[in-house]
Amino acid sequence: MNLQIRVVGVRKAFNEDRPNRFWAVNGVDLHLSEGQVTVLAGPSGSGKTTLLTLIGCLARPTEGRVLLHDRVISSLPEPFLAALRRQTFGFVFQRFNLIRGLSLLDNVTVPAYPLGIPRRALRKRALELLASLGLGHRAHARVESLSGGEAQRTALARALINDPPILIADEPTANLDSELSLAFLEILARLRSEGRTLLLSSHDPLVREAAVVDRVIELRDGRVVADQARPGGSAR
Amino acid sequence: MARRKGRNLGLLAVYGGMVFLLASVLFYSSALKHESRLLLAEAPEIVVQRMIAGRHAPVSGEHLRALQGIRGLRGVEGRLWGYHYDPVVRANYTLMVPPAGGVAQGTAILGPALARARGAGPGDVISFRGHDGGLVSFRIAGILPGDTALASADLLLIEETDFRTLFGIPPGEYTDLALRIPNAREVQTVAEKVLERLPDSRAILREEMQRTYDAIFDWRSTLVLLPLSGALLAFAILAWEKASGLSADERREIGILKAVGWETRDVLRMKLWEGGLLSLLAFLFGTVAAYWHVFGLSAPLLAPVLQGWSVLYPDFRLTPAIEGGQLLALFFLTVFPYLVATLVPVWRAAVTDPDEVMR
Repeated sequence: MNLQIRVVGVRKAFNEDRPNRFWAVNGVDLHLSEGQVTVLAGPSGSGKTTLLTLIGCLARPTEGRVLLHDRVISSLPEPFLAALRRQTFGFVFQRFNLIRGLSLLDNVTVPAYPLGIPRRALRKRALELLASLGLGHRAHARVESLSGGEAQRTALARALINDPPILIADEPTANLDSELSLAFLEILARLRSEGRTLLLSSHDPLVREAAVVDRVIELRDGRVVADQARPGGSAR
Repeated sequence: MARRKGRNLGLLAVYGGMVFLLASVLFYSSALKHESRLLLAEAPEIVVQRMIAGRHAPVSGEHLRALQGIRGLRGVEGRLWGYHYDPVVRANYTLMVPPAGGVAQGTAILGPALARARGAGPGDVISFRGHDGGLVSFRIAGILPGDTALASADLLLIEETDFRTLFGIPPGEYTDLALRIPNAREVQTVAEKVLERLPDSRAILREEMQRTYDAIFDWRSTLVLLPLSGALLAFAILAWEKASGLSADERREIGILKAVGWETRDVLRMKLWEGGLLSLLAFLFGTVAAYWHVFGLSAPLLAPVLQGWSVLYPDFRLTPAIEGGQLLALFFLTVFPYLVATLVPVWRAAVTDPDEVMR
């Protein structure tokens, strides 16, 4: 199994240089393998989301390094980080973070604009993605009109538009009922079968115990307190 | 931009209105200066006026003869002109004897504004009270064309004998002297010689008149722009308001764009397009509206201040005279600061880590 992402001695402080400084991630070492589904679990405030943003190049660690294929990415200049966010990582945010006032199609195509892909080809790909997620009929609707499940699938389509090998999802089932959560897990299984590496944060037992999950890493107070390979994980 | 239609249209209206006001003042004063240059092109190179105790006084035939023989001087002629206050319309007219003649005794040719004010037309009779209290009547022989109205709005052309009777100016005396000097480089020398021969007179050069006109129109433009500076300041505050803080929605959107892989320069480029489009549209609307206001409608909003007539307003259309440099200056004064004001906060938001922007 190829070692893909390595987190080495990572710490992240908020409110630095202020009396109320706190460490959201406080000394984490991790090895994440290619093609696996990994879940970061833990209570609120345990540092799951912050760790995801550090791995996904949305923020830089205060201390330590994040490596991708043995290349340190956490200290790269901003344009390189943006390129990684654009083409290597796809991000599904907890609150989806779709741009209001735009259609589903426009939201999905947003990450591809800097690549200069011809408009027709881009829209075709976005429509195919939306159709594969059951949203083809709503492509021209505004995102304000979407249900929670639809908004999440739109966010997923946006994360996949540039075909990234790694997908990061922050609390993906937090706003979904059980039926929609199961549907999402099915989509995850499909993405995994395509060879993508999936990294999720969740405290939803439905996700942690899902068959598609290979590994559950438990965080508390910014530290790893448990790291379990799932015997039923489909990776094995 | 369509997503924030109301806000952007409002901004476009305020911005366009400001450009409209600035461009109107610019176009109008520029066209007036151009018009005055055209008028003065016909004027004599030097006008000699006699001064007594610091006041302008009639010149005698002796003055006229004293100037003959100056080298470089092609011709000297005595001019007759003056002002007459008409209590009927409470306005001053400029009465003048045309140097080339063409007006028969007992008749008058009226400027268009004067004809309008008196409701008079060709064939009507118009009367004025002369210097001795007696009524002097003129039959109107014609109305001057409107295209020279800036100079001729309040003009009344009459014959020499009638002029002398009306104002009581004895034969052989003139209001002032007009000197023609074909070689522009000799004007100054001739003026010096005039002053040597006529120490009680002053010589007014055409260039000086042009400078005075320019200064007057510039000064009037400043007078208009001063109150407008309040509006400019308000716009600057609006732009700065926009500059000093993006709305939470805008910050969030920038964060999303950065999070999904846009670089800072991609965000800036998009905002530059937005700001550029808005400011260019405002500049375009403002200048086109100003052009139409000044050259199509004869600047009804500015004419009373900039033109300088108090009662008899000329009714005329200005010849479009716009300098490229002025347009360029207007462009940089309006579009450039706006772009800077909008880009600075976007840049500030775009250079922070996307997760910070989205928190």
